[in-house]
Amino acid sequence: MTSTMTPHGSLSDGPEPEPPPRGASAGGTRRPWRHRLSRLDTKASPYLYVAPFFILFGLVGLFPLVYTFFVSLFNWKLLKGQGDFVGFDNYVKVLGDEYFWNSLFNTASIFLLSAIPQLVAAVFIAAVLDQNIRAKTFWRMSVLLPYVVTPAAVALIFSNMFGEQYGLINNILQNFGLDPIMWKSETLPSHIAIATMVNWRWTGYNALILLAAMQSVPRELHESAQLDGAGPVRRFLSVTLPGIRPTMIFVIITATVGGLQIFVEPRLFDSSGSTPGGSQRQFQTTVLYLWEMAFQRQNFGQASAIAWILFFIIVGVGVLNFFLSKSIATAEAKVGATRRRRREGAQK
Amino acid sequence: MTVFLVVSVYPLWWSFVMGSRSNADFGLQWPPLLPGGRFWENVSVVLESIPFWKALGNSVLISGIITISVVSFSTLAGYAFAKLRFKGRNGLMVFVVATLAVPTQLGIIPLFMLMRQWGWTGEIGAVIVPTLVTAFGVFFMRQYLVDVIPDELIEAARVDGASMFKTFWHVGVPAARPAMAILSLFTFMTAWTDYLWPLLVLNNSNPTLQTALSQLQSAHYVDYSVVLAGAVLATIPLLVLFIAAGKQLIAGIMQGAVKG
Repeated sequence: MTSTMTPHGSLSDGPEPEPPPRGASAGGTRRPWRHRLSRLDTKASPYLYVAPFFILFGLVGLFPLVYTFFVSLFNWKLLKGQGDFVGFDNYVKVLGDEYFWNSLFNTASIFLLSAIPQLVAAVFIAAVLDQNIRAKTFWRMSVLLPYVVTPAAVALIFSNMFGEQYGLINNILQNFGLDPIMWKSETLPSHIAIATMVNWRWTGYNALILLAAMQSVPRELHESAQLDGAGPVRRFLSVTLPGIRPTMIFVIITATVGGLQIFVEPRLFDSSGSTPGGSQRQFQTTVLYLWEMAFQRQNFGQASAIAWILFFIIVGVGVLNFFLSKSIATAEAKVGATRRRRREGAQK
Repeated sequence: MTVFLVVSVYPLWWSFVMGSRSNADFGLQWPPLLPGGRFWENVSVVLESIPFWKALGNSVLISGIITISVVSFSTLAGYAFAKLRFKGRNGLMVFVVATLAVPTQLGIIPLFMLMRQWGWTGEIGAVIVPTLVTAFGVFFMRQYLVDVIPDELIEAARVDGASMFKTFWHVGVPAARPAMAILSLFTFMTAWTDYLWPLLVLNNSNPTLQTALSQLQSAHYVDYSVVLAGAVLATIPLLVLFIAAGKQLIAGIMQGAVKG
């Protein structure tokens, strides 16, 4: 659409703006046409701008997800394609499959081993960075450095560090006369090792997010708490932590959505075996099991059922997190309010 | 803080040290702190065993195209959601927010069937298409633009007879530039680090940098120093980006936190 800026613009801002005359050739007869065109522009443009997102997202994001449900209702093989309709049989099979529960246990265990220490460490780092330290950018950058190492590279590096025979960590343990730990063949050590990779890459990133939240807590709150005689620890617990709660919820939910879909780290942690996730499936996560089911056992039907169950778990945990943190927040706000009232009453 | 610095930097340094030594040094009791002289030797083994340059080119191409697409479409849609009035706007925006937490990765099975049907498996197009848009991008741009452009500015441009697109181009885009830069950085990094999907649709002769790394691991599972040299080599591109744009990256993470 061509349009020349003219100085004779209409100043009305009503629902039907006067069409500004455009170009010298705009004669009286052409006005209604231009008018209509301009209105069409106003009306249609917003939809045109959001359309690419919705069309593409629908096609490659939402449609595959919905279609996964369709596939999960059939006997469906990678090569043979669609088979008989079996209803919810695939779900029954998956829920009765011990490997599925094993993968779920591993996912949950790795997730907890990474989410909790990560959050604690991130809050701590953020609190330290929030003090007025010198060389701010230097510290921030060094904290964020692991984030630019790709998960695949992280997995290679750490699976070497956690090597059972010549790994860095076992070498050091042996120097202190300790027994080497079977980082790959035993369940809990392998979960710790994989969680370490996740923690290493993400703690600094989350610390920066929390740091931003801490900095947006009004300074006056700290000052008035200080006047009330609250020490640094007390101030941190009663001013900083409540102030950053919304951001913590955000971090937790993001960590949940990511953590429950963990794939690269366990996949590359030990690639010598034929089953992805360790020879005894000791660190096979659910997405890895989904992968095995779909592309090694070539059972698309059951793999799709796994995908949908996992989908519900992720959304469910996300929603649960949200409401849990919210109710904690309101409960604490109430307690805080009563405490304040009590204190004010005592002062009178 | 020093502890965190060591924890943060040491694994990378260690892989460089070990990647520049021979495999025998893994048997040393105490880990060496200084690099040996075999880094280039190990690198040449890496270059022989995986199509490194091709993988690098693919990664650059894939991440570049995805970034351009995500940033353009997100800016357009984010601008419309932030600054234009249209029927259904709020409903559609709720939809965008709701899809933020939807794990689209779980749709890989139909997506894989689709790519096979199109005959795209093995082509980098198959990696690009599924991430041409993201809900996060739209949300991020909307949050940024809603405060940063005064409504009067848009009205003034419209009153002056500028078409909708011209208004977007001359008012929206210049205002959006800082957010576009941040979104570019993040989109590029996400696309660059993606692993599962490229592993599925690409083959060993036409990999991305990440999937090539896993080839390296399975080909040299006894030669750790080569694997680590490869990991270091593959980290260099993002490290360069980090040194060049680290400040913006930090600003972006911290801004996203406040806005989100």
